[in-house]
Amino acid sequence: MTTALLEMRQISVSFDGFMALRDLNLSLQPGELRAVIGPNGAGKTTFLDVITGKLRPTAGDVLFKGRSLLNKPEHRIARLGIGRKFQSPRVFENLTVEENLALAVSHPKRPWPLLSAGLSAVERDRIAHLMGIVSLQTRAHQVAGSLSHGQKQWLEIAMLVGQSPDLLLVDEPVAGLTDEETDLTADLLKSLVGDHTVLVIDHDMEFIRRLESQVSVLHQGHVLCEGSMDQIQCDPRVIEVYLGRNEEAA
Amino acid sequence: MLQAFQQHRWPLVIVWVLIIAAIVAAPAVLPVFGLKLLGRFLSLSIVALGIDLIWGFTGLLSLGQGIFFALGGYAVAMYLQLNSSSEQPNGIPEFFSLYGVDQLPGFWQPFYSPWFTLIAIWLIPALLAALLGNLVFRNRIKGVYFSILTQAALLVFFNFFNGQQKLINGTNGLKTGVTKLFGEEVGSDLMQRGFFWLTALIVILAWLAVRWVVRGRFGEVLIAIRDDEPRLRFAGYNPTLFKTIVFAMAGGLAGIGGALYTVQSGIVSPQYMTVPYSIDMVIWVAVGGRGTLIGAILGALVINLVKFQFQSLWPEGWLFVLGGLFILVVTVLPEGVIGWLQAGGPRNLLTRLGVPRRIGTYPRLEIDGKEEAKS
Ligand SMILES: Nc1ncnc2c1ncn2[C@@H]1O[C@H](COP(=O)(O)OP(=O)(O)OP(=O)(O)O)[C@@H](O)[C@H]1O
Ligand SMILES: [Mg+2]
Repeated sequence: MTTALLEMRQISVSFDGFMALRDLNLSLQPGELRAVIGPNGAGKTTFLDVITGKLRPTAGDVLFKGRSLLNKPEHRIARLGIGRKFQSPRVFENLTVEENLALAVSHPKRPWPLLSAGLSAVERDRIAHLMGIVSLQTRAHQVAGSLSHGQKQWLEIAMLVGQSPDLLLVDEPVAGLTDEETDLTADLLKSLVGDHTVLVIDHDMEFIRRLESQVSVLHQGHVLCEGSMDQIQCDPRVIEVYLGRNEEAA
Repeated sequence: MLQAFQQHRWPLVIVWVLIIAAIVAAPAVLPVFGLKLLGRFLSLSIVALGIDLIWGFTGLLSLGQGIFFALGGYAVAMYLQLNSSSEQPNGIPEFFSLYGVDQLPGFWQPFYSPWFTLIAIWLIPALLAALLGNLVFRNRIKGVYFSILTQAALLVFFNFFNGQQKLINGTNGLKTGVTKLFGEEVGSDLMQRGFFWLTALIVILAWLAVRWVVRGRFGEVLIAIRDDEPRLRFAGYNPTLFKTIVFAMAGGLAGIGGALYTVQSGIVSPQYMTVPYSIDMVIWVAVGGRGTLIGAILGALVINLVKFQFQSLWPEGWLFVLGGLFILVVTVLPEGVIGWLQAGGPRNLLTRLGVPRRIGTYPRLEIDGKEEAKS
């Protein structure tokens, strides 16, 4: 039995009595690519909040590399090797593209080293490389606030990759991207798999299909089923969740 | 990009040249009274540099910088008083006898030492700021709540210093004018000239220090904190640490400014810790230009000069002017005067007034455009 990189055990989150997550169990093996889908409000973002320390679960435990993440502040969890891309892109608007990436790539992240030393040559190369991947080289010195929505999405993905975490949590990376950009994003994420473990949340079924990964379906704060894209598309419960209500209403 | 940058750089160069020229020429052309005044305003610009660091770059609006400013002033005043009171009854500062105190309160003792005082001037305010800041920041108190807390702290300190006559001469404050330093009276012309040069030097050093902090990667983290602090945590940074450091640094700068201000105005009193005065400090930076260091220096200098001129003409009017200035900046020049200059403000104004803009690469473009419109 291989040990899981991430294991969520019986996680529940209650917002004033409303259960956003209910006894959620999910585990990721090292090097795995996992897609998570689910209707709006299913609790997808909430469960990333729990992993990254933004939210304390009402019950349950989260283990990363065998250690509990509960009670750890966000920056410590990030330093353990968990990176996150937010649903609506969050980049530092008054910093340039290059500076945004430098923040992510920079190591260590404590005040004194940042004061006393510039970026190393290796880090510089890495930033240039990342800008190349997301085609933002020509924007290197432009402030991120002036980028288009899609460019911000990509910048944030590049920042996430630049942080080189063991586990990448990617919340709706292709919202607002063109088909071509969506394909490139899928390729980028797939290229990370093996060295990294990647969890992708999205609504775009074509995109999820392209990832060729295991899919977990989340519904009302609970994992409804897991399997390949083809399997889950035939699963009556999933059809029920995605289409059923329409039929009921009709 | 680079060209645009250079184009908008000249106003800054001019401002710098003016400030340096004023500092260098002042001792030769100004009477000592004027020199003292300029020296005091330069001291205030050190406080403004600290405020710019925490507010302009990091987004922390402190309305309590007066605490640190006054603490620096009290530290130096206590030393000077002790240093000059050997002929006084009991060998302690004169005011104590007014309240029947014949024993020096314990916390005065270390201020016999000039070395302790030199360190205390900046270290006590910095440590206090670090303590206060850390408490607030680690509890994730932000924005307007932080501002209110700093103002509350200011009120606490004001009331304490104002009420403790037996400890620190209460509302009367501590005078330094007739005290002695190196055998010379602090208020003497010679000393005051010396303090002016010292202040000018420290302004430059403080500017260099803050510049070192805000340039480069540390500064990028500060801007990231201002932009989106929660996001930064997920990138592995601990904003609490960075905020505590810069708040302590701003406190230290305020302390140094307060000490220099005290020796050049001849007194430190709880008036340095009033609520309006700490708000003034913020307005200097807002008007000069948040996030531009030269803006903070210029704002402190110019506003205080205008204030001084104004108060001899129409004392009650100053608050209206200051209020008006603040409204003007908030509505018309949100980046302050220097920010406006940097963003090419004068050029844009000319364009609006109908002066055509020269275009660097395609000089004929505009004419061509007009031709096209006609045909
Ligand atoms: N801070 C909060 N307070 C109260 N309710 C919340 C809070 N955050 C989320 N919720 C609720 O929890 C549920 C799950 O939200 P979540 O954001 O995790 O959904 P999601 O699956 O990410 O949806 P989407 O696909 O729209 O992004 C929603 O019903 C939401 O209204
Ligand atoms: Mg979501």
